[in-house]
Amino acid sequence: MKYTISTLVENHAGVLSRIAGLFSRRGFNIDSLAVGVTEDPTVSRITIVVDGDDYMVEQVEKQLNKLIDVIKLKSFSAEELVRRELAMVKIGTKASERGDLLSLSKIMGGKICDLSNETMTIELSAESERLEEYLELLRPYGIRELVRTGTIALQKGNVSFG
Amino acid sequence: MQLTGAQAMVKCLEAEGVKVIFGYPGAAICPFYDALTDSSIRHILVRQEQNAGHAASGYARITRRPAVCVATSGPGALNLLTAVATAYVDSVPLVVITGQVARSLIGKDVFQEADVTGAAEPFVKHSYLIKDIKDLPRVFKEAFYIAGTGRQGPVLIDVPVDVQNERFSFSYPDSVNIRGYKPTVKGHAGQIKKVAQAITEAQRPLIVAGGGLFATEARYRLVELAERCEIPVVTTMMGIGGIPTEHPLYYGMLGMHGKQVANRATQEADLLFVIGARLGDRAVSNPALLEGRLRVVHIDIDPAEIGKNMEANIPLVGDANVILGQLLEQVPECTHSAWRNMLDRRRAEYRPQLRQFDGCINPKLFLERLSELADPDAVVVADVGQNQIWTANHFKIREGRFLTTGGMGTMGYSLGAGIGAKLAEPERQVITVGGDGSFQMQMMELATMCQHQVPLKMVIMSNLRLGMVYELQKNNFAGNYSGVFLDGSPDIPKLAGAYGIPAERIHSMDQADAAIGRLLKADTPYLLECIVNQDESSL
Ligand SMILES: Cc1ncc(C[n+]2csc(CCOP(=O)(O)OP(=O)(O)O)c2C)c(N)n1
Ligand SMILES: [Mg+2]
Repeated sequence: MKYTISTLVENHAGVLSRIAGLFSRRGFNIDSLAVGVTEDPTVSRITIVVDGDDYMVEQVEKQLNKLIDVIKLKSFSAEELVRRELAMVKIGTKASERGDLLSLSKIMGGKICDLSNETMTIELSAESERLEEYLELLRPYGIRELVRTGTIALQKGNVSFG
Repeated sequence: MQLTGAQAMVKCLEAEGVKVIFGYPGAAICPFYDALTDSSIRHILVRQEQNAGHAASGYARITRRPAVCVATSGPGALNLLTAVATAYVDSVPLVVITGQVARSLIGKDVFQEADVTGAAEPFVKHSYLIKDIKDLPRVFKEAFYIAGTGRQGPVLIDVPVDVQNERFSFSYPDSVNIRGYKPTVKGHAGQIKKVAQAITEAQRPLIVAGGGLFATEARYRLVELAERCEIPVVTTMMGIGGIPTEHPLYYGMLGMHGKQVANRATQEADLLFVIGARLGDRAVSNPALLEGRLRVVHIDIDPAEIGKNMEANIPLVGDANVILGQLLEQVPECTHSAWRNMLDRRRAEYRPQLRQFDGCINPKLFLERLSELADPDAVVVADVGQNQIWTANHFKIREGRFLTTGGMGTMGYSLGAGIGAKLAEPERQVITVGGDGSFQMQMMELATMCQHQVPLKMVIMSNLRLGMVYELQKNNFAGNYSGVFLDGSPDIPKLAGAYGIPAERIHSMDQADAAIGRLLKADTPYLLECIVNQDESSL
């Protein structure tokens, strides 16, 4: 099962390497990891998606908590969160396909963020499973390059974490 | 107060009450060494940096406070790493100070530059690279706090040489506030109740005590609990001495090299009361076999240890001494006589394998004898190998301490750690026991004990072999001995003689008592080499 671990950390150098080192050292697999500063500039939020059983997630949580730089963390299952992942997809296009791609992008809530005579770059934002489906739809057109951010997430509803 | 960074470092150490530090200088830490001469802090020059780390470890384990070791950048710091890792796995509080190249040169692969905070990352509780001198006092304050509280461990401070030379206005903070670090000390009241109840309900409770007992005075309360409720006690290697080894409720060390009666007890108990132990594979080889068959109470200051190697039915996070205090307030007197009598019978039936080889010291009998003649509160430091197992199982600990490298098994630990322990409590007898292989990994430290007048009592068990590996090859590799012969070794007493250290060699048990007498009486370092047979077994 996939868990999303929201981790608030001190916003200074070296924190990310400590976390990455911990994961590789203890054999925890990261599906994705996204880092950015929070509403408090001294704090960053690292959103980590891991795939594993309860034992592993408990171990990840406890070992992360031991890091002095980790201020607070919590793991969530998918239903408790609003989740988004951003992707940019550069597709090789013949002029004749552009219309098709445009309408497809529109259905997916995408945005065209770059256009050239041979390529079209679509920006997509969705839950990562949904994003996979979109990419499948785009694949037949010829994906030249793909970049994804990894999931970021917030708890649903009134509660806030931090 | 206007100070240089180096002067401030010394002031920080003074403010933390540091009296002795262990180290080895070099260019990148020279400003600190320069400032050190203005202080009353005593510097012990070791002969290899690894031993500065081990010495600090011995010192810290006796004082129970963070001890300090120092090295220069690059090779100096790298030599320290083995000792830092050794301290880390055994939860020994160290503040490790390393010099670093100047800030403007970091990342340029200049002379003696090594990414030490990076390299040490897996083995430290925390680390700092000081990039702004204004952070220096806070970093030192935090380092001592982090190293010495919660689950103790090493904290590394890497100080670029230009930071040591920079001037700034110094003041030492009087408190720390680290938002990501708030160790739990007191046990959860509800859980305490559950544990108290579990003890009274159990038919066959067993206490498994680990090295965590020694971070505080917890061992005395543990004995009180064991006695009040008549609970048998076994220990991990790190827990040896948590209860006097001759105590009627003590059944020995458990694990691969432990006593059969202790191991069988863990399989037959209906309640394991684990305190300050992580239950690594050498202690409990297959925890899954026990899970479900019995209830497990696991007390540890590090929540991450609970449920890591063995599932716990009643987890209890906090300081062992505080938790035992809480338990003693609740647990009524009770007895478990049937269980205890059964274990007593088994213990009485158990006989260690004692073979007498001609022209050799029997190390098991020798160590038993040595412990009987030593001071009741003597500290014994065992190195690694067969010598360590013999010491663990046969040296009787009364009020004293048994120190060894439990988690890492680092050969070459004993002389450094012994020097540190002796300097921590100069009035206390400190005896090291090692092998001829491990001795040759650290024999340069004979000079350190001469230079600084540290009267260590050294026992070397010589079998001209890497005995423990030889035994493994005998038993598991059909006697295909490979790389385990120590031919070419020096005449060890003569080598000691070259340092002016009195030394002798014995090869018969008839000589033992007299030689032990001379060893224990000496007020200088003293070395006693015991010739033991190559086929002497560990157990
Ligand atoms: C630094 C290090 N290298 C290798 C080992 C593997 N090892 C464990 S015990 C041992 C033999 C130790 O020989 P010696 O010191 O003579 O002790 P003995 O077993 O003979 O008593 C070795 C090589 C180790 N534990 N530490
Ligand atoms: Mg040997």
